[in-house]
Amino acid sequence: MKIGVFICHCGSNIAATVDVLKVVESAKSMPEVVYAVNSMYTCSEPGQQAIEEAIKERGLTGVVVASCTPRMHEPTFRRTVERAGLNRYMFEMANIREHVSWVGKDKAANTAKAVDLVRMAVEKLRLDKVLIPKFIPATRKVLVIGGGVAGIQAALDCAEGGMDVVMVESEPSIGGKMSKLDKTFPTVDCSSCVLGPRMVDVAQNERIELHAYSEIASISGYVGNFDVTIRKKATYVDWDKCTGCGLCTEKCPSKKSYDRFNEGMGETTAINIPFPQAIPKKATITAASCRLLSGGKCGVCAKICTSQAVDYTQKDREITVKVGAVVAATGYDLMDWTVYGEYGAGRYPDVITSLQYERLLSASGPTGGHIRRPSDGREPKEVVFIQCVGSRDPSVGRPYCSGFCCMYTAKQAILTKDHIPDSRSYVFYMDIRSPGKGYDEFTRRAQEEYKAQYIRGRVSTVYPKGDKLVVKGVDTLVGEQVELEADLVVLAVGGEASQNAPKLAEKLRISYDGYGFFMEGHPKLKPVETNTAGVYLAGSCQGLKDIPSSVAQGSAAAAKVLGLLSKDKLESDPQTAGVDVKRCVGCRKCINVCPFGAIREVDMRGQIKAEVIEAVCQGCGLCTATCPQGAVQLSHFTDNQVLAEVEALCQS
Amino acid sequence: MPELTENTKELRIVGFLCNWCSYGGADTAGVGRFIQPTDLRIIRLPCSGRVNPLFIIKALMSGADGVLVSGCHPRDCHYAEGNFYARRRLEVFKHLLPVLGIDRRRFEYTWVSASEGPRWQKVVTDFTAQIHALGPAKFFADAPELDFLKAGEGVMQP
Repeated sequence: MKIGVFICHCGSNIAATVDVLKVVESAKSMPEVVYAVNSMYTCSEPGQQAIEEAIKERGLTGVVVASCTPRMHEPTFRRTVERAGLNRYMFEMANIREHVSWVGKDKAANTAKAVDLVRMAVEKLRLDKVLIPKFIPATRKVLVIGGGVAGIQAALDCAEGGMDVVMVESEPSIGGKMSKLDKTFPTVDCSSCVLGPRMVDVAQNERIELHAYSEIASISGYVGNFDVTIRKKATYVDWDKCTGCGLCTEKCPSKKSYDRFNEGMGETTAINIPFPQAIPKKATITAASCRLLSGGKCGVCAKICTSQAVDYTQKDREITVKVGAVVAATGYDLMDWTVYGEYGAGRYPDVITSLQYERLLSASGPTGGHIRRPSDGREPKEVVFIQCVGSRDPSVGRPYCSGFCCMYTAKQAILTKDHIPDSRSYVFYMDIRSPGKGYDEFTRRAQEEYKAQYIRGRVSTVYPKGDKLVVKGVDTLVGEQVELEADLVVLAVGGEASQNAPKLAEKLRISYDGYGFFMEGHPKLKPVETNTAGVYLAGSCQGLKDIPSSVAQGSAAAAKVLGLLSKDKLESDPQTAGVDVKRCVGCRKCINVCPFGAIREVDMRGQIKAEVIEAVCQGCGLCTATCPQGAVQLSHFTDNQVLAEVEALCQS
Repeated sequence: MPELTENTKELRIVGFLCNWCSYGGADTAGVGRFIQPTDLRIIRLPCSGRVNPLFIIKALMSGADGVLVSGCHPRDCHYAEGNFYARRRLEVFKHLLPVLGIDRRRFEYTWVSASEGPRWQKVVTDFTAQIHALGPAKFFADAPELDFLKAGEGVMQP
């Protein structure tokens, strides 16, 4: 083998703390290395060209690049060597940036470490074999998990591109958080007028199969071929028969059910349709509130229903679908605001969340769009908004900025003035964060045109006094304490990853961060991809974001899905396991251990042998570590290759 | 965090990391410039379940002073269940090390996710300090005759 080694300076990223020339000199004396050179930016066009030229001029048969992490540029350089006529798997990388230059201070130690990593890569490359990818058939169908605005956008764009879509939504209606909003910033246009028609599009699109009030029970398989089990929760109403007339909701005698859609601002009936624009517009019975289902006598809804849709015996049922790709768009939850005892959160009825306030503002809300205090139904005149409740607060484990609260608080201050012209709004803020198109102008309008009084400082306590709430805080710009008497206190509660996010991540085999937000493939270059092929992200499940960004990500994820499944067949990664039949003793251990069922038993002249189904093998190497004979070997991670790396390191 | 003195001679520590979580976590630590001791060299594997205990023995017998295996947190494996196999294998393996005359503190396995840069820094720093506290591993040729009872201390009883 003729090996070429390219050591990257990465500008000063590597060269500042690694003696690159010394690494080049050491590489020259490594076995089978015929050429070693440094390069300012190996990934740049001249850098890649230099590799191609060296391969052609010097007849290299293998290439090592020592630069950044292979998780970033391994695919780039594999393409480079392929352009020069080499097999793309005759290539190895040494990570001397993330694992060396960026984490070590001592230049001599870093240089020695870089030399070791290059030597390990060379030793591994010496045992690499040419691999040819195979093609596997793919199902041209996508699963969208979550029917909020991001999921809706992804589903509609995929359908538009000719892709069949299966959408799963856990609530009885799609629409997500956006459907609960009254107006949107910075245009102050009606949220349901923007979202409503898109929801109808989902219902009417022939390519979209909607499963509301359902959740993902399990997902198996791999890119192009996922098998999904969807659990359809019991609604106790046959949705094929239900016409959404709403007669049952009028007659239901159990009228004290918690109203999830209205964030508890009103009460609803045990059988209900969450809101007038719901998609699908079908009734669902909340079993815990239903008199009949909780053991009593009733049955009013079944009697009144003209289409005999009510079915008290209904059970959860499971269906399975095959899809080629998955878009996770599961959104966010509000953080538990009752941890803020000093604000009286959860104790005083007139201290509410911004999302609850949104329902009071909404014409389809429990008060018909008239702002009424939850305690006595009186119209508030003095409204205090407290920002950063559960954002930028390490003391409650939420050190991040939720990103949208500054904007919706300004919107709510404006709407308050619109609804009650003689009202006054006060906003306690830490900083105003409004970096969007027309956003800063909007927060200024709230202050200048709508006379919302912005007070820079935190609130220390909120306590009741008569029928008012006293808000004690500080104005840090004036340097004075502030005491206000409010009729209503609205907390701008921050968002957090949805409660079930980690469970779903485990099913999808994707990563999530310490807060529960799903990890994107790369923070800059792969914002909607995950490290699991065929699984994409959209909206706030990846990190909190406002509506325009969620929609943009929905479209981006759809573009990725359409790109992936534009062909009937996908190229499979050939770094799979293979069986040496001469060594295999037919013990079946590899068959038992494989998580993907990628190894089967074959009869070879009366003897049992294992055989790898290459299209199914995901290349984890569990079988290789399990085989007592060393008969199953994972290409590019064979026992001999790993041992060669160990040897290279320990013998140096 | 224990700080290593500048003049401490580097020891040889081999890390076997899964590509999806811990290797990514080490990358995240790099991107965040979380400074670490330089002793550890990382071998990238697809999964912690790919680690054959033979690799660890081979490293320790070839002169490594410490071996660290790191994978995805349990239930968060990219291959669904690879790290469960790793956990079982490596836990048993750890208890067998004294039989071979190897101090079992020279080997650790842990879980670091791709987002846990600070945790990776701590894992590397702590493990490196642990190996430095043990000092360089003795050459096998210099090893005393195996006193089975003594060496077997702490081995799991059947």
